Amino acid sequence: MSIKNRFVFSLILSLPLFVEMFTTPLGIPLPGGVWTLFFLTTAIMAVSGGPFIESAWAAFRHHHANMDTLVAIGTTTAYLYSFYAMLVGKDVFFESAAFVVTLILLGQYFEEKMKHSASGAVSKLIDLQAKDAEVMRDGQLVKVPLAEVVVGDVIRVRPGQKIAVDGVITEGTSTIDESMVTGESMPVTKKAGDHVIGATINSNGTFMFKASKVGNDTLLSQIVEMVKKAQTSHAPIQKTVDKVADIFVPAVLIAAIATFTIWYVFIGVSLVSAMLFAVSVVIIACPCALGIATPTALMVGTGRSAKMGILIKNGEVLEAANRVKTVVFDKTGTITEGHPQVTDIVGDEATVLHVAANLEVSSEHPLAAAILDKAKTEDLTVTAAENFQAIEGKGVQATVDGQQAFIGNDKLIADYKLDAKMSDRMAQLQNEAKTVVLVGLADHIIGLIAIQDAPKASSAAAIAALKDRGLRTVMLTGDNQRVAEAIASEVGIDTVIADVLPGDKADHVKQLQESGSVAFAGDGINDAPALTTADVGIAMGSGTDIAIESGGIVLVKNDLMDVVRALEISKKTFNRIKLNLFWAFIYNTLGIPVAAGVFAVFGLALNPEIAGLGMALSSLSVVASSLLLNKSKLTSTPATKTSVA
Amino acid sequence: MTKILVLIVAVILVGFIAWWFFGKHTTVAVDAAVTGSSQDVDVEVSGGYSPSTVVLKKGVPATLTFNRKDPSSCLEQVVFPDFGINEFLPQNKAHAISIDTSKPGEFDYACGMNMFHGKVIIK
Repeated sequence: MSIKNRFVFSLILSLPLFVEMFTTPLGIPLPGGVWTLFFLTTAIMAVSGGPFIESAWAAFRHHHANMDTLVAIGTTTAYLYSFYAMLVGKDVFFESAAFVVTLILLGQYFEEKMKHSASGAVSKLIDLQAKDAEVMRDGQLVKVPLAEVVVGDVIRVRPGQKIAVDGVITEGTSTIDESMVTGESMPVTKKAGDHVIGATINSNGTFMFKASKVGNDTLLSQIVEMVKKAQTSHAPIQKTVDKVADIFVPAVLIAAIATFTIWYVFIGVSLVSAMLFAVSVVIIACPCALGIATPTALMVGTGRSAKMGILIKNGEVLEAANRVKTVVFDKTGTITEGHPQVTDIVGDEATVLHVAANLEVSSEHPLAAAILDKAKTEDLTVTAAENFQAIEGKGVQATVDGQQAFIGNDKLIADYKLDAKMSDRMAQLQNEAKTVVLVGLADHIIGLIAIQDAPKASSAAAIAALKDRGLRTVMLTGDNQRVAEAIASEVGIDTVIADVLPGDKADHVKQLQESGSVAFAGDGINDAPALTTADVGIAMGSGTDIAIESGGIVLVKNDLMDVVRALEISKKTFNRIKLNLFWAFIYNTLGIPVAAGVFAVFGLALNPEIAGLGMALSSLSVVASSLLLNKSKLTSTPATKTSVA
Repeated sequence: MTKILVLIVAVILVGFIAWWFFGKHTTVAVDAAVTGSSQDVDVEVSGGYSPSTVVLKKGVPATLTFNRKDPSSCLEQVVFPDFGINEFLPQNKAHAISIDTSKPGEFDYACGMNMFHGKVIIK
């Protein structure tokens, strides 16, 4: 019989007992008198309470004791005593046993419902999976179930459809809503050659893509796997709790016997009063609230962060993140975009860019890529220049639109004249740690293009938010001091450690650890040693390339703001765990003495029914408090639309 | 007279509880039966896990089949933190859970509230 049915059964049979409690003092006893009470309670004990006794006995044989032990002993004591009292004609307490069973089942019923909603994050993630895909087989598109999609399959995705697996677009363009996996609220435009993520939703275009990862290898599967592990992990703080819980129930039984003995033997109250005190102690002391304080909060916290694209590996990381004093960043790809971009164009922008792009169109140089990217975003049509000639160590020259044109580095000043205004601008740009390229047409320098690996749009805000939280920020980079400092001052980093060899990053992290806990944020590929050395390694992933092994926290998006969110949600979750444990402990440490009648002289005492209600409420309040984590405000979260409920 | 009797019974009960729950009671580890290319162990869930310690061979795919006899909601979930397994055990039904045996070691598992414990040893 389910908990719900057991509850309903005992509730219906308890109602007459409840009515009797009020009518008897008025002189209206139940028909059948004490025998009716006996039969109703016997039915409740057998049907609704039976499983408690069964389970308690099974545990007892294994030298274990659990909350069922307490419920079973408490209610059976009240029941058996009442049976004896009925036979010898004394006052009975059948309703105590009946009400306690009813109330505890009510608590368990709600707890079960709430626990299911707390553990819902994983199943919601799994539900995101597409069910089938239109796959090209033998030159024709056929609909196949997801499980039959293999690596290399070419899949068509139409507007509104879910992308089945991870892959690379082969033809077509579209905007894709990736919010359910990455937490990125803005739709992303993708074209041929771009990666797509399984379970994300295609919005307007139709495209074909080639499956690169299927089954358990997809990003979504890996996220599900990580969230599962995180939710079942234990926070170190829980270890003490577990030790307490192990000895708790037997200790309570001993306390109950002591309560009875002291009241009956030493104080000399009646057998009934002494027994009610003892039963109250047994009933109120269920360690349930303690047992679920940590797991439920962990489950809700990690589940919520996963929805934002922040994967926290386990409870240990969560607790460590809470102690972080310094946040260390890798520069390239973490604070900056990781690929150089055109930041400034001096001179007539359109002409300068037009000439530069035509000169660079067939070049492999990374700076050329930056210029061509810029030309593309400006929608310039690029036609390759003719008659290329290298200017040794300085640049290239060629014919653009029938005129001789050139592009190159600052050594070109030796051959061409640079006017004073441009010369000033060049010095200024170079001081900003930008690489300056000179562009010329018909023997005149017509402009400058400044190129830099620019900080991400969110970097400055993220660093500021970290500083607001009282954290020290450090940038570690292999770049030279000048470039590093220019970037650092732009985004507001406190300390710069430049000229660091890739292998020495971990050593620098170790040095920083001497002054407190350190979190290291890096892109997870070449930063692996530093990520593992740091107390909290934050691996910045971009799309499918996340290095899940190296970091304690993995960010699905490559957005620095998520570092702030990760630390904030860790702190929130950990504080919630502490709050839950505090209330659970307080409840038990105060509840037991009260139930034992320690404060009876002040008129403060509990009867078994109130104790049963208190126990049910304590578990409920802990689960409810954990669920509230889902609603708690994160200061660093922008107004994103809720993707997965 | 009754009071002295009650006192004596109480002292005996306390002593019994302390011995029964806190005393050392040994449990036996059970080796998994290897059949062909897989190994299976049946674990009965009733007031705890019996056998509570299971020894598995490394590299051989393993299945633990849990059968929950106990009606308690305490034991309705089984959690293997190291494997990310958190599963609901239906009452009076066999529920198979596959264990990854690729890494040797001792892995604890527990009920949802971490009050009942079992252990899987892979070697």
